[in-house]
Amino acid sequence: MSAALLIDFGSTYTKLRAVDVEARRVLATAQGPSTVASDVTIGLDLALAALERKLGSLPKFAHRLASSSAAGGLRMVTIGLVKELTAEAARQAALGAGAKLVGAFAYRLTPSDLSAIEALAPDIILLAGGTDGGNAEVVRQNGARLSASALPCAIIVACNRDVAEEVVAGLSAAGKNAVLTRNVMPAFGVLEIDPARDAIREVFISRIVHAKGIDRAAAQVDAVLMPTPAAVMEGARLLSEGTAKHAGLGDLLVVDIGGATTDVHSVAVGAPRRDGVVQYGLPEPFVKRTVEGDLGMRHNARAIVEAAGASVFATRAGLTEAALNAMLDAIEADVERLPATPEEIALDEALAWTAVRIAVGRHAGTSEIVQTVQGPVTMQRGKDLSGVTTVIGTGGPLAHGATPSSVLRAALADPADPYSLRPLRPTLCIDADYLLYAGGLLSAIDPDAAFEIARTSLRPVEEREAHEPRSQIG
Amino acid sequence: MVDNAALPRAPGAAINKTLITGVIGSDTHIVGNRILSIALENAGFKVIALGALTPAADFIKAAIETAADAILVSSLYGLGELDCRGFREQCIEAGLDEILLYVGGNLVVGKRSWEETERTFLGMGFDRAFPPGTRTDAVIDALNCDFAARSALVPST
Repeated sequence: MSAALLIDFGSTYTKLRAVDVEARRVLATAQGPSTVASDVTIGLDLALAALERKLGSLPKFAHRLASSSAAGGLRMVTIGLVKELTAEAARQAALGAGAKLVGAFAYRLTPSDLSAIEALAPDIILLAGGTDGGNAEVVRQNGARLSASALPCAIIVACNRDVAEEVVAGLSAAGKNAVLTRNVMPAFGVLEIDPARDAIREVFISRIVHAKGIDRAAAQVDAVLMPTPAAVMEGARLLSEGTAKHAGLGDLLVVDIGGATTDVHSVAVGAPRRDGVVQYGLPEPFVKRTVEGDLGMRHNARAIVEAAGASVFATRAGLTEAALNAMLDAIEADVERLPATPEEIALDEALAWTAVRIAVGRHAGTSEIVQTVQGPVTMQRGKDLSGVTTVIGTGGPLAHGATPSSVLRAALADPADPYSLRPLRPTLCIDADYLLYAGGLLSAIDPDAAFEIARTSLRPVEEREAHEPRSQIG
Repeated sequence: MVDNAALPRAPGAAINKTLITGVIGSDTHIVGNRILSIALENAGFKVIALGALTPAADFIKAAIETAADAILVSSLYGLGELDCRGFREQCIEAGLDEILLYVGGNLVVGKRSWEETERTFLGMGFDRAFPPGTRTDAVIDALNCDFAARSALVPST
């Protein structure tokens, strides 16, 4: 037997998945508390002890790989020139690397921007600006301002190549840890975020893991490969694309509802699906991640209710507004609270439904009809996800909730909102054993095994035929 | 009226010059703009072609990011005056005070003379306006002339 141990150092739990790589199956799962604040190995030892109790004895692990979102995750600030262009490309690169984006800046950094960045205390700054041969002055100045700042973090430079080396040299001379990589937008409208994403991951492995004290577990872990959201993305990409031996599932969407945020990942080109539709705006990354910082089941429960409108939300949850408010107060007082009563379960379901509804709406592209002299023209912004064939729900509220099918249906196209390009008729699944991140980690070692193991965790929550046919307008 | 064909040629001015082209507003006529963009590229310019249905703000954003030297706005459906209103002011607001601005196409509908139309657009801050039927060579000559004048490579005639 060739066993692998796949670890997620989370913000609340240290989660373990022990898998048999040859037999393509999960041996056991276990979790312990997250103890990064004191000593990461305490939580890991407790989780390993729980695993040992389940297995009788721990096998000799051939691979011990980890991802981490502990100690605040990978906190990043991005800086670009034009908000919708290089600043957006930098944002996409950071999100694609699995970072927790704590700030995004554009144009020239002002003294108050710098104070704000210092207060945010990011782990990494991604500095972009200018297409190759384009604007050099602003990124040069922003580099100089970062050089003069007290910021101790790593700075990855992914700007106009004409000045990139000069900016890195300036930062290095000022004692900063500066890393040079390719421009996130080498030509106008061309998004090239993979080199920046790889550079972020490199810095994460070489510096951040140590800075956050996760490398204390070095004796029990071979490598902390990436932030957990990046591992989930890798798992999603693997399931979508498949391997040399296994056909992939095709275009898919992953919705991950957490206590503080809701993440949405899509693996799809998302090009217009009909002739004559004009695509507008920046090209979209094939594997795209968005994070909704205002939609979380616990830390942001009230924000979810406010986003939907309190009276609409109360009706959906079957509660009076007064009861709803009292329950939100209770959640705010104790964010670890798990639902127990039928009312609390109904509230959680309504929170999850609403979070999915809004988060997928923000992630998916939109179409718009523009009247021109020659007649109406349909313009598409963002990705057309109407052809997505699989929607996967992951995270506690979906995996453990009573009604994952109803919650996941919130991701689907809605005749009442015909211009939102959401999935029309996908298969709805949950990642029942929380194996997407594990598949993402294992794909670095054995993609076939990773694919098969991640696949076993997908449970359809209803038959595809159960969907009512929906028509797309626009 | 500017006799574009009579402008002196200043070969070499195209080197390192970046131009933004596009069709402004809710205008889908792309063919002429595409021909112009190809001709400009062949003449040695670096062309960022934004295509049809381009809002005014997008010309300006693209120009900032690419440090463009000129913006060439096409409008074919008669609403150019409306779409181009405040274009120069938006450029100044975005820090592009010195950028060269051209506009061309079927800029207005109705019975306005070209002289009047040209006056209107020059008054709006465009450096040159081109009537329907302008040949691409005329635009290239005008660019070469204007860039040469700006960098004082060619003595004034």
